[in-house]
Amino acid sequence: MFAYYLELAWHSLARTRVLTLLMVLAIALGIGASMTMLTVLHVMSGDPLPGLSGRLYRPYLDPLPLSYKPSDYGPDPRDDLTWPDAMALLRARKGVRQAAMAGGDLTVASADRMRPGRVSGRYTTRDLFAMFGVPFVAGSAWSPEDDAGRARVVVLSRSLARQLFAGDDALGRTVTLEGHVFRVVGVVRDWHPRPLFYADSSARRFSATDRFFLPLSTAVALRLPGNGDFSGWGHDSTSLTSPTMTWLQFWVQLNGADQVRAYRRFLHAYADNQFEAGRYQRPASNARLYSLMGWLHHQRVIPGDVRLQAWLALGFLCVCMLNIVALLLAKFLRRSAEISVRRALGARRRDVFAQLGVEAGLLGLGGGVLGLVLAQVGLWSVRARPDDYAHMARMDPLMLLATFVLAVTASTLAGLVPAWRACRIPPALQLKTL
Amino acid sequence: MKVLARLPLRPTLSSMRRHRLTVVLLLLQVAFTFAIVCNASFLLARRIRRVTVPSGLVEAGLSLVHVSEPGHGRTAAAAQADVAALRALADVQGAAIVDGLPLSGGASAFGTCGDLDAVHQVLKAHSMNVPGCGEPASFRVGPGALRVLGLRLVAGRDFRDQEYAPGHARNNVSGVPAVIVSRALARRLFGQGHAVGRMVYFGHTGFAEGVGCKVVGVVEHLQRWSLHAGSDDEAMLVPSVPAGPTTYFAVRSPPAQQARVLRDAEALLSRRHPDRAGADAGGQTYAQIRADYFQRDATMVGLLLSSAVGLLFVTALGIAGLASFWVQQRRRSIGVRRAMGATRADIMLQFQAENLLVVVAGVALGVVAAYALSAALMRSYELPLLPLGYVPGVFVLLLLVGQLAVLAPALRAAAVPPIVVSRG
Repeated sequence: MFAYYLELAWHSLARTRVLTLLMVLAIALGIGASMTMLTVLHVMSGDPLPGLSGRLYRPYLDPLPLSYKPSDYGPDPRDDLTWPDAMALLRARKGVRQAAMAGGDLTVASADRMRPGRVSGRYTTRDLFAMFGVPFVAGSAWSPEDDAGRARVVVLSRSLARQLFAGDDALGRTVTLEGHVFRVVGVVRDWHPRPLFYADSSARRFSATDRFFLPLSTAVALRLPGNGDFSGWGHDSTSLTSPTMTWLQFWVQLNGADQVRAYRRFLHAYADNQFEAGRYQRPASNARLYSLMGWLHHQRVIPGDVRLQAWLALGFLCVCMLNIVALLLAKFLRRSAEISVRRALGARRRDVFAQLGVEAGLLGLGGGVLGLVLAQVGLWSVRARPDDYAHMARMDPLMLLATFVLAVTASTLAGLVPAWRACRIPPALQLKTL
Repeated sequence: MKVLARLPLRPTLSSMRRHRLTVVLLLLQVAFTFAIVCNASFLLARRIRRVTVPSGLVEAGLSLVHVSEPGHGRTAAAAQADVAALRALADVQGAAIVDGLPLSGGASAFGTCGDLDAVHQVLKAHSMNVPGCGEPASFRVGPGALRVLGLRLVAGRDFRDQEYAPGHARNNVSGVPAVIVSRALARRLFGQGHAVGRMVYFGHTGFAEGVGCKVVGVVEHLQRWSLHAGSDDEAMLVPSVPAGPTTYFAVRSPPAQQARVLRDAEALLSRRHPDRAGADAGGQTYAQIRADYFQRDATMVGLLLSSAVGLLFVTALGIAGLASFWVQQRRRSIGVRRAMGATRADIMLQFQAENLLVVVAGVALGVVAAYALSAALMRSYELPLLPLGYVPGVFVLLLLVGQLAVLAPALRAAAVPPIVVSRG
């Protein structure tokens, strides 16, 4: 019967060409707009580290004085840690692995080749590589002795190593960073999780890449320039190791719910100790532990504009669908004669309902195809934007499938009320006036 | 008046009652479209206001060029030599060292107070939320900047040559003898009184040592580096020639020659600081800076406009489609009316009147929907409530769209001849 209904639907749609075209256009506009914005939302809310993100957590402490009121013009200082807090958490070693890090911009030059330029990268403790699964193509992370001992070692990204040393092996060579000489101990593949979840709120999270990694202790000792948020609230807020300036990001790897609970207890205990010692003024219950995805949500990685655009597109789809319902109703009621003949020949109400439902679904399929084309146009226009997430606006197979599913489902739903209304047409009455 | 008497209200209402479902659907469509278009227009107006915010500068003919060198900073002498070279270029009306311009992004702001009492209150309260204090944006400038930027002085004078202090690295601005403030900042610090001659306190010298700077001039308007809600035009000029790895120069030229002057300026700086030593020179006109800053808003404006137009188009489609369906359904009754003496104009009027009723009813429902939507937007996006002024405007728009959409079907209905009736 399904094939028969398809044939009936096809003929019926072909008979009223103009109306069919209008309906397909309306569906396509609604679907195109919605799928463009839903795809953008989908790529921006993706998991940056599939497989590993479930084990990564971010501690959150509140060392601010009671009377501090956050300014309108800067980030919340509590989104980062102070140096004493970060070092205390590192020393305690309560997680499987933990790392403290901050971003930096340095001028880099090699002995002979490249002309000096500025690159951005990360100052970090060595656990970052193992925790985030950073893939090495040569060498490895620096040793724990180098980590604590302010050694002048650096890990480069492959593209930077190529720029500095052409085709030669970069391991063991020296680079000049901000006037100091560093030895290359490792080269990593060009690795950039999207969004760059471990950077602070000032970074361009969807397009930035770290091109070098060097030990945090070295960066502090040499007073290398940072490129992130530095928020201070005390008198001695100019030293990097000050307890009244936050600038460090801290990540910890915890396997399993037990470890997570234990770490939360540890954080509260630490905050309590600081409160007793007079360093913290706010209650220890303000200390929190965020999962990776929870942290992205807390930091509002998806800009308000993008969410607003998605809602606008969905509202547009709703109005288009209302339009379709009204037009389908008009179309089905116009065919009362044909439907009454079918009923008189023995079709039950549910057969007529099914036939009209198939017709609505076929309409949705057509609208879905055109809507896909419109969505690709929409995504192309998003890619032309200068926003840092723009380059990621592409449809993956999941979104492609979702387009058709959305189109057919919405149209079939839209056809439900008209089909129900039309299948109630009694057979006898109409035959008389044929 | 005669038209109103001929308005067939009762037949219209009764015919609509027969097609209840379609009328309800049309009502809902009009209501949703009204709600979305109202809120979209409101958002559009806000964005356009944001994009056209004045910077306080004379923007035509202003460009910003920069040169950066690796290492720990350029010397003041090097920067002065560059400025002199830029001033010597053809068609350059003026050049000055700045550390940035309004709306170029970036930030440099200092908590500032108008008297020592306020300073003490701030230190006690750990917050700048004290009367007589603010957090203005600060722009460090070299000699001649006021004139090059085109800022308008409403009181006091420009800086004197001896008031410019050589800069320190990073954001240290200690030791400046004078500042120029914007009028909004003067009002916040000193209320309605005169600002010229009073002292302001900021930075390490102001807050820790209690040493202030004298206000020597007040400019009419100076926008911050970036826009936030409120207090956007509280800013001050600090006569401290900036030092650091990058130096920015504001260059003024006649608007007609601006593109060429920009290219010449970039070329001059590249020649003086060659690429191979690692230097990097570049520049933009202020119009480009402004366009870059508001690019996201411009996209939003485009999207809001196209969705409003698209929604009105889809609604018009729906109205036209339904109206033609009704014309077909009611051929017989129209023929009867014509046979009994109704003119073509009467038939058209009937259809237009039906449409009017539907749109009015739809808008009545739509007002409720619009304010519900506005309340939801208020919660999620920190926007104010929809002002009442948008309701009549969008109502008239929807009315026009409806009447235009129903025109073609109504004309077709009026063309139905009276004779159809007799065929039984």
